[in-house]
Amino acid sequence: MTPDAILDVLVIGAGPAGMAAASAAFEHGARTVLLVERDNRLGGILFQCIHNGFGLYRYREELTGPEYAELDIERLASSQVIIQSETFAVDIVRDDALLRVLLIQRGKADWVCTKSVVLAMGCRERTAGAISLPGPRPSGIYTAGSAQRLMNIQNIKIGTRAVIVGSGDIGMIMARRMTLEGSSIAAVTEIMPHPGGLARNIHQCLHDFDIPLYLSTGISNVYGRHRVEGIRIAPVGADGTLEDARGRDIECDTILLSVGLIPENELSRKAHVMLDPRTQGAMVDARCMTSIPGVFACGNVLHVHDVADFVSEEGSLAGKSAAIWSQKPIIPRISVPVSCGQDIRYTVPQKINEPGDIVISLRVLKPRPSCRIIVKQGNRVLAKKSFIRLQSSEMVRIPVTIESIESVEVVCETT
Amino acid sequence: MYLFTYASVGYTRFMENFDIAIIGAGVVGSAIARELSKTTARVVVFEQHADVAFGISGRNSGVVHSGIHYKPGSLRARLDVAGNAGMEKLCRDLYVPFERLGKLTVAFDQSQTMELERLKEQGDANGVPGLDLLESSQMRTLQPGIAGIKALHSPTTGIVNPMMLTIALAEHAYQNGVSWKFLHTVESITTENHNSFIIGCSTLDGFRSYKASIVVNCAALHANKIAAMTAFNEHTVYPCRGEYYVLDKRLKDELNILVYPVPSAHSGGLGIHLTKTTEGNILIGPSNEYIDDPDDESSTRPVMEILKNEGNELLPSLQTSDFIRSFAGIRPKLTPPEKGGYSDFVITSQPDLPNIIHLLGIESPGLTSAPAIAEMVTGLIDNRLPLKLKREWKPSFHDNDELYRRAYPASHYPLAERQEMIEANPDFGSIICRCEEISKAEIVSAIKRMFGPITIIGIKNRSRISTGRCQGGFCIPRIVSILHNEFGIQSKDIWLKGPDSPLFEGTLRQSGGYHDT
Repeated sequence: MTPDAILDVLVIGAGPAGMAAASAAFEHGARTVLLVERDNRLGGILFQCIHNGFGLYRYREELTGPEYAELDIERLASSQVIIQSETFAVDIVRDDALLRVLLIQRGKADWVCTKSVVLAMGCRERTAGAISLPGPRPSGIYTAGSAQRLMNIQNIKIGTRAVIVGSGDIGMIMARRMTLEGSSIAAVTEIMPHPGGLARNIHQCLHDFDIPLYLSTGISNVYGRHRVEGIRIAPVGADGTLEDARGRDIECDTILLSVGLIPENELSRKAHVMLDPRTQGAMVDARCMTSIPGVFACGNVLHVHDVADFVSEEGSLAGKSAAIWSQKPIIPRISVPVSCGQDIRYTVPQKINEPGDIVISLRVLKPRPSCRIIVKQGNRVLAKKSFIRLQSSEMVRIPVTIESIESVEVVCETT
Repeated sequence: MYLFTYASVGYTRFMENFDIAIIGAGVVGSAIARELSKTTARVVVFEQHADVAFGISGRNSGVVHSGIHYKPGSLRARLDVAGNAGMEKLCRDLYVPFERLGKLTVAFDQSQTMELERLKEQGDANGVPGLDLLESSQMRTLQPGIAGIKALHSPTTGIVNPMMLTIALAEHAYQNGVSWKFLHTVESITTENHNSFIIGCSTLDGFRSYKASIVVNCAALHANKIAAMTAFNEHTVYPCRGEYYVLDKRLKDELNILVYPVPSAHSGGLGIHLTKTTEGNILIGPSNEYIDDPDDESSTRPVMEILKNEGNELLPSLQTSDFIRSFAGIRPKLTPPEKGGYSDFVITSQPDLPNIIHLLGIESPGLTSAPAIAEMVTGLIDNRLPLKLKREWKPSFHDNDELYRRAYPASHYPLAERQEMIEANPDFGSIICRCEEISKAEIVSAIKRMFGPITIIGIKNRSRISTGRCQGGFCIPRIVSILHNEFGIQSKDIWLKGPDSPLFEGTLRQSGGYHDT
């Protein structure tokens, strides 16, 4: 590739979304596809997810994170996708019909020019500051994902006795992981009245190891000036505030935070991509194109997923769309919203602009007992799906066929 | 951990002997050390923490005050105005970020307007340049959307990175021959005679004693404990905590100028307000709460709630994800809780032991005043021990290695300059801290520059790693690898801020683990 060459597709981030996007872009006719990754290997966060549970939907078998990544890496190797690791994309600007992206890597910093960009930067973890964790600032407080990397990749023993704040999936997986490595987990706490992660993780990571999960419980203090010495947990009262008087102290030397993920959209903001405050990701149409023509988004940078398989599927769609765009850029004339009825937190896509088979991903606002999700255009029902129970943490995916460009509404009905 | 073992050289054979001993390595102690490094005096600084700026000097708003708030003729007025005037040059000489943003003190009603006029008169009397009373329309040209009916504009108010200022002063002093004893808690000062003292310190290697002819007590929150060791009990230091919230840099353009409310007469602070750091983070705070324990730098739930509400009121575009960090600093006040308000700095030779100089109650504007305090203390010392300038004093840093010493991270500069840096050292292209775009070259440089124990907070204060929105989630594992690969420091030996705050317990397996940087 010469420096002034114009790329067809530039994919930013080589986690499950970006790897699938790059392969799909190549398979759908894009000739020059560049995949940039900030780490020195492909796979993104999959590499540190040494537990199983990956690939059930995509490959119908249960793989570990690295095994799952390996299949995408092999697929890339059989393509002519150009891979550049240890490279940061730090800026995106529009240049007429083209896009320019500033890439920084060891020994080099330069702009590249491309017809399309696929944003696949993933997400980051919410921190102690974001949840107003009180107390002094001792060592021993980590986000669950950082702890996972430190343990699984860097061979580091973080502590002996931990409390996990938040019941996100990574937190629960780390509860099991630390237990298996000889540390004890005193408790997992969750401020909400319902768990934050998948039901399978509550069973496999907590129940199976007798780790208590305290719902409607917050942190009212952290002890230890130098290293964590303990934590004070307290129930959430009727008015939503913590009832410190009813709290209790737990001794521990480590606190892991699993309190939510935030799509990593700083680069998208620089490109002036319009974001959806509900997902904190881009607003996209059914082919994953953002408000900026030629810029696509997929995976956890678009909205936080619960299962990697669906990240890959979305990545493939975005890669394919970018490839088609790079050959024939068409901006549809009319675009109509996908609106959320009562109890629906968000949908992706947020708008549609062409007919075809699409998948609508969504989450409900709060846990629902028996319910039905209905997708309709006016009075015409496009699809419905029933649930015995639906968690707000669970992502629902509903395939629908769009025949006419009319507003779509998604509603949740109690059954 | 310690990379060097300089501290243990030869102490068993003789007691190290100095002309001047400074107790406390905050911005004041560091400024005094640097001032004294110009002289031939043998100077030592004792610090209980593992680094400089680990106390109040690293936990404040970083505002360089203009001098409108202090009584004419007071030490605070004189030293603040002098410190402010010299700050720009000092920061330029030492590569410290400094910006003269200016400040609006805003009145919301008629009684506050009168207070503004009083502040202007007071400021004029103190020699504060450029003060101007602005009507609301003029206020809005400086800060769109600002509320209030009138404001006092003080154009000389600025912001500085207080950690970097302290570090630069200390490092410059170090390069010019000052000795630094970190993790040395002064436990006793005994008088041999009127101009010779034995200073006893507890250290990691047990109790150590040092000899000095002059002792300068600038131990801030612990200054009265030190003063009591020589029976100087005239003042009490009351710890008064100020809590802050740090906001995401996304909001940096929301604040063009510092905006303060008119302070109420009895509060011991300037009111909760918004300030900006030189790196573009808006700070909400500080609160004002007297506490018993001078070391309790906790953030507390009730105050965090107040700060959040205050922030939401002052910045309508604020989102929950913009709150990235809270912290607290503790003011060493001389006024008791029941009295409130301020008293003047106390900077004095102890009447019965004039070779001991105490600095008490150096709260705000201590940061601004530090360089002027240093000159004043040097004068007091010179009265006791005539000082001689040394010829070999170097006015700027002199490094053997290629070290990164610019005021801002490399990512702050235009691409062409950044490309030049990368050309000279490819590691400037290896980004380790994603949020602040800090490169491996800058981190390695920060570690090499440390002249005491290596700590994560020390690296952070020198390079800005982990100060962004992910708070180290991304870079800390990678910095652990840099410490491992480039400096041979094992995971169990990495300290957050000192020997009692190890990051980790050790390794999971005897060998293995992948450290890529």
